Formats: sequence, C-alpha cells, structure tokens
Amino acid sequence: MVIFILRRLGTMALTMLVVSLLLFLLLELTPGNVATKVLGPYSSQEQRNLWLEAHGYFEPLWVRYGTWLGRFVTGDFGDSIRFKVPVAEVLWPRLWNTAILGFWTFAVMIPLSLVLGVLAGMREGSLLDRTISVGSIITTSVPEFASAVLLAAIFVFWLGILPGTSAMSGGFDWVQLILPVMVLVLYDFGYVARMTRASMAEVMTTHYIRTAVLKGLPYRRVILRHALRNALIAPFTVITLQINWLLSGVIVVEFFFAYKGFGALLLEASLNQDIFLIEACAMVAVFVAASTQTIADVGYTVLNPRIRFA
Amino acid sequence: MTDIAETVTPAPSAGSAFGRAIRSFALIRESGAGMVGVALILFWVFVAIFAPLIAPFDPNATLQPFAKPGTVYATGGTFWLGTDHIGRDILSRIIWGSRTVLFYAPLATFSAYLVGILMGLAAGYFRGKIDEVLSFIANIILSFPVLVLYILVIATIGASGINIVIAITFASAPGIMRIVRGLVLDLRNRDYVAAAQTRGESSWHIMLVEILPNARGPLIVDACLRLGYVIITIGVLGFLGLGLPPPDPDWGSMINETRSMALAFPHMTVFPCIAISSLILGFNMLADGLREIALRD
Repeated sequence: MVIFILRRLGTMALTMLVVSLLLFLLLELTPGNVATKVLGPYSSQEQRNLWLEAHGYFEPLWVRYGTWLGRFVTGDFGDSIRFKVPVAEVLWPRLWNTAILGFWTFAVMIPLSLVLGVLAGMREGSLLDRTISVGSIITTSVPEFASAVLLAAIFVFWLGILPGTSAMSGGFDWVQLILPVMVLVLYDFGYVARMTRASMAEVMTTHYIRTAVLKGLPYRRVILRHALRNALIAPFTVITLQINWLLSGVIVVEFFFAYKGFGALLLEASLNQDIFLIEACAMVAVFVAASTQTIADVGYTVLNPRIRFA
Repeated sequence: MTDIAETVTPAPSAGSAFGRAIRSFALIRESGAGMVGVALILFWVFVAIFAPLIAPFDPNATLQPFAKPGTVYATGGTFWLGTDHIGRDILSRIIWGSRTVLFYAPLATFSAYLVGILMGLAAGYFRGKIDEVLSFIANIILSFPVLVLYILVIATIGASGINIVIAITFASAPGIMRIVRGLVLDLRNRDYVAAAQTRGESSWHIMLVEILPNARGPLIVDACLRLGYVIITIGVLGFLGLGLPPPDPDWGSMINETRSMALAFPHMTVFPCIAISSLILGFNMLADGLREIALRD
C-alpha cells in the first residue's frame, strides 16, 4: 500500500516536471519574446538586451530552465506584467476566493447528487428514476455560460432578487455567491447523480441485497446498511475527479459574474500574455488536477476491499 | 445489436456495410430519448442547410439597434427574436450560426478521432515501448484541466477556425486514445485476429480492418457525447472571446458580444443560449438512447 502511494506520488511529480518543462518551452523559448512582453512593444532593443542580461536570459536554455524551476519551487514566481506586483501577491488571494466558491459548490452538489442518485437507483425504471435521469441529462446539456445567462435573466432581470455581478467590491457578500454556486452545481450535479444511480442500480441487483430483503429486513435498513456502503465507492472517485471539471467551470463562471477568483485570473493572464502569471496559474491548475487524481486513485483502492495488493 | 435488423433482411452481401450501419442505426427508433435527440439534431441540420432560405435578414447587416423581440422593421419583416446592440437580427444570426457550429464541431471531433484512434490502435496492438510512450503523452495532456489547456493553446497560436480544430484535437485525442486502447487490448486476443496474423496480414491491416470495426459500438456512443462536449467547447471559447473572429455569426461569440447588456436586454443572450443548449441536448440524448439499446442486447 505504501509502495503504491509512493509510486502514485512519483508519477505525479514526474507529470508536474514535464508540464513545467512544456510550459517553460512554450512561453520562454525565445528570450526576445519575453523581453518584448515584459518591457512593452515600444521598448528599444538596447533596453531589452539590458533586461535580458540582468535576468540571466543569455544563459543556455537548460541553465535557464534549471534556475527558473528552482525559483518556482521555492515560491518565487516572478513579477506579474499586468499587475506590476509579484505574482504570488495576486495569486494566493485569488486562489482563496476560488476555494470558497468551490467549497460551497461541493457543499451543495454532493448531498444533492448523492440523494437524487440513490433515490433514482433504488427503484430502477420508476417514475422518480426517469424524472431524475431526464432532468440530469438536460442540466448537463446546458453549458455553464448558458445557464449563467439564463439564471441571471430569471433571478436578476425578471425577479430582481439577486445581484448580477459577484465582484464583492464592498467586502465579502454571500448573496453574490448564490448565482455562481447555482450555475456550477446545475452543470455538475447531473453527472455525479447519474454515476451514483448506475452504481446504486448495480448494487440493488446483487445477491446480498436480495438476501437482505428476503430475510425480512425493513427496506430502509437494507438501503442504509447494506446497499449504500457499496454503492458509494464509485461516486467517491467521480466526485474527486469533478474538481478537475470544476476548475474549467470556475473560469467561465468567474468571468461572467466578475468574481475575483483564480479562473478569471488565469484567463486574464492568458489574454494579456502575462507570461509569469500564466506559468504560475497553469502550474497551480495542473497541481490541483494531478493531486485530486492521485487522491481519487488512492482513495478508491482504500475504499474498495476487492482490490488487494500482492 | 444488429440481430433484429438481420432477422428481417437477407444476409448482407459484400459492400452493404453502409446499409447495415444504417439499419442498426435505425434501432434508435426504439428509444424515446434517442428519438428526441435525433429530432433535435435533424432540426438544426435542416436549419443549417437551408439557412439562406429561412433567415429573414442578412445576419451581418446592421438594421435597427436594441429592437425588442417582435419589433416590425420599417421596410418590412419582423425581428422575431429582436436585434443586438449594433442592430443585427438575432434570429438570422442564430440560423446562420448553426452552420458555423455544425461545420466546426464534427470536423474537430473527426480530427480528434482520427488521431486518437491511430494512437489507441498502436498503443493497444503493439504494446511495450510504444504503449508506454503514447500513454505517457496522453497522461500529461489529460492532467490539465481541459479549459486551461484550450486557453493556453488558443492564446498561444491565436484564435481562428483551424486553430480551434487543432486545439480540440490536441486536447481530446488522448481521451479517445485511452478508450480505443482499452478496447484493442481486449480484442487483440480474439481468434479472428490470430487468423489474420497467421494469414500474414500486415499489422495496420489487422488493426484497421479486423479490430477497429469490432470496437465501433462504444466508440459511436462516445462520439455522440464528445460532439456535445466539442459544441460546448466551441461555445465556451466564443464566450471567452477566444472563438472565431467576427463578424460571422457564432453562438458563443454572440453571447460574449452582448453579455455586458444581458441584464438590460436579456433577449440578446438568452436565445443563442437556448439554441446551443438544445443542440447539445440532442447529442446527449442520442448518446443516451444508443447506450440504452447497446446495453439491452
């Protein structure tokens, strides 16, 4: 088990390393390009050369990558071109805001999708099952930007009960969090609910459930004590992997609602070619995605007693 | 999956592979959700083909800004869905925009499948070093949150139709490769593969002629789902301002251009949203129907 976890961590570290190399090559292969981005299009060749000299850009590529990586690992991401401050100063508060958004999304989505999925899977083919299935197909077919527009039209334009932006300019305001969370939950819950349903439906056909029912246990007890424990292994993996999807979703939602989060920052950095900020944001995004993948793998093997280690 | 079709029709002669595909596809009639999906897709295909005949106005003509839905234009004609901030008829732009999405989405999906299938066949059939290298590349690409990957690629190579196809191929091929690889690992041990190997067929002949056709079932379902995702992706890129360059109508870009006015003039953004959602719903329901039929047999 320990060896398995260590191997997964090793794979993750290797992935991060390759990704960092790719990002570095993509953005910093030609030093002249970097200098132009940092100093602006109207800088003179002389200024650019001075800047490149001062920042060690005349060294060979591998040396540059080494230094870059060393500084990156210790948390020195360089200065943001757009915000004119160290990248870390912009990055961490934004990441915290996104963490708040993500936390509430999961806090609403997980109970909702698990309950609906279990209810649907308990009696396959019932009216409730079909309603939940069709409902989740429809909600996953509406992309986040579309549901953001539609929900904003309903709750902001027609009903006028929620604010249309979530910039939080007057300090933290939970009312402004409602629409972004709603949009993310609406798009994501369907998939988890369907997976839970499939897993639950499969468990319900097993012999031990039939035995439990036949020996006269109350139905509630069959579901709670016997079915749920096995039915919830698959959704665990799906939910962990959902964090990866959420990272994509927050970009759209934060952009639409002007929420000052990590996704909006990444988009802004990319659109403005803010090299050092892009590097930091992309690495953080890949780190989050890769570590949730690792947690999902490890968690699945821990939860599932059928997987044994030689 | 095809046994029902084959009991009512004579044994298929050589060259009727296409006919057989059509017949097995016709089984979708037995699934309610699948039929709704087919209807939605056919509706938009019809709209796209006959766009010049159906659209009441030129999609790029600036006529009357900020018209509400149902406004009658001075020189005749009605803006059924209103106009946008620079006076273009929204209905006409949605109709013409269906051409954009129904051209680029299948093209990008096809190109992603081409690359993904070749990678998956090679990895699953040859195994060993080739498999290790291809799987490693796939894992690296799949470790990115999808949208981050799209944004990085498009922001680097620029926004254009062909670049969107490249970005989607780059980001989706690894996922397709994984599915194909899994199927090939299972199919390569079948007797007919061994027979072909004994006959001395070339590796690529075995992969493309013996293995691939037998892996088609799961791949068709995945392709429908993936088309839905690709439509979402094209929409999201347009929405984020990384989509096809203006002025030609694209649903995602329509939402992006009028999003700042969405709270005052919801008709500008709501209708393109409904259009794109209905098309994605079509593909998702078709995939659901196909899966249901495949599971039943």
